[in-house]
Amino acid sequence: MIPATFDYHSPQTLEDALALLQGHPDDAKVLSGGQSLLPLLKLRLGAAGHLIDIGRIPGLEYVKEEGGVLKIGGRTRESALEHSDLIRNKYPLLAETAAVIADPLVRNLATVGGNLAHGDPANDHPATMLALRAEVVATGPNGTRTIPIDQFFLGLFTTALQPDEILTEIRIPAPPVPPLRTGGSYVKLERKVGDFATAASAVQLTLGAGGEVASVGIGLTNAGPTPLRAAAAEQYLTGKQPGDDVIAEAARLAASIASPSADRRGAVEYKRQMARVLTARAIQRAIQWAREH
Amino acid sequence: MAQHEIRVKVNGTEHKAEVESRLLLVHLLRESLSLTGTHIGCDTTHCGACTVLLDGVPVKSCTVLAVQADGREVTTVEGLEKDGKLHAIQDGFWQEHGLQCGFCTPGMMLTSAALLAQNPNPSEAEIRRAISGNLCRCTGYVNIVKSVQHAAAKLHPEG
Repeated sequence: MIPATFDYHSPQTLEDALALLQGHPDDAKVLSGGQSLLPLLKLRLGAAGHLIDIGRIPGLEYVKEEGGVLKIGGRTRESALEHSDLIRNKYPLLAETAAVIADPLVRNLATVGGNLAHGDPANDHPATMLALRAEVVATGPNGTRTIPIDQFFLGLFTTALQPDEILTEIRIPAPPVPPLRTGGSYVKLERKVGDFATAASAVQLTLGAGGEVASVGIGLTNAGPTPLRAAAAEQYLTGKQPGDDVIAEAARLAASIASPSADRRGAVEYKRQMARVLTARAIQRAIQWAREH
Repeated sequence: MAQHEIRVKVNGTEHKAEVESRLLLVHLLRESLSLTGTHIGCDTTHCGACTVLLDGVPVKSCTVLAVQADGREVTTVEGLEKDGKLHAIQDGFWQEHGLQCGFCTPGMMLTSAALLAQNPNPSEAEIRRAISGNLCRCTGYVNIVKSVQHAAAKLHPEG
């Protein structure tokens, strides 16, 4: 399969990339890792007159902590996130997510920013970032602006990014210090490596000094036209001792907001039940990590 | 439609080519350079038959534009053999019967060679994880895993 014709641009600086986007306001797409965009163009499910490849712009791939914030460069490869010691040691939710996105070869090119900017609720990082209460940094002709993740996903393949903006950074609050203890987990059900999630749940959770849930974020993948925050489940869990009954009820509340579509991966009711089961497991795993680290 | 003059080093040899924006790397390799060891399987980023090394990193060449490889190094299966001598991974696939139809084999070997370059003594789980983006429909993977282990032992006999 061969994409329809387009013009390819390879700017060397962010300024040049932004100028190119402004110069082609109606039919330009940003090419990051290309692992979603190029298949869409090949299948002719999408078209673009101009591809602006940000692959040669320096300074867009990094994973670092600064002033209590984890900063991930927009073009950071999923494989870099997967193998980062900082991420493995301190951000288990991100490490577990990166490890189950597509397959290892795709992860060598696919980028964290692209996974979000694509706006596909079947992608894995959107739910993760909801659970982590991330912020997205968008750079446009007038400088940068920060978008809270809850305002980022507007609809299927639609985000708050403007056509002349590039997603340049993701910011995540660093976990609080002891005696608070934080853990996270991403539990995904997939038919095979490389498939989109039948259902998946992302949980980031902090336990207070008394073992109660001090704060929690829960995101659901592929459970509607956008990734979903399980707000009622989060409210229910907060302040409680996370015993089995409490976890089961939180998982039930989370699954109650899922409105998945039936497809070859399963029926609606099956997927909703899986969202419940996976959320319970993700909560348990997040608690276990928090207690052990 | 835009044309681009690119320079790509393929298996150690510098090539110049004039390519259309939309030309995929796999088509540059197969059609312009006649390196048909890189296979086209699913053509949808799933199967890994088109795997090549881009600056040493395994990627699916059906999902990379040729112009993205400008100024970079590509290794295809034809580049594994050196001076008439098989690469250890090729020897492994031969000794352990790591292929039947052979369609997935170039991609399997390149992914495995990249794994061994990073991790000289991988566990079976690490091997299976590394090749999880390369599909084989013949062997059930058992002999492929043995082939990679054979190559690892040959490259690092002390283990």
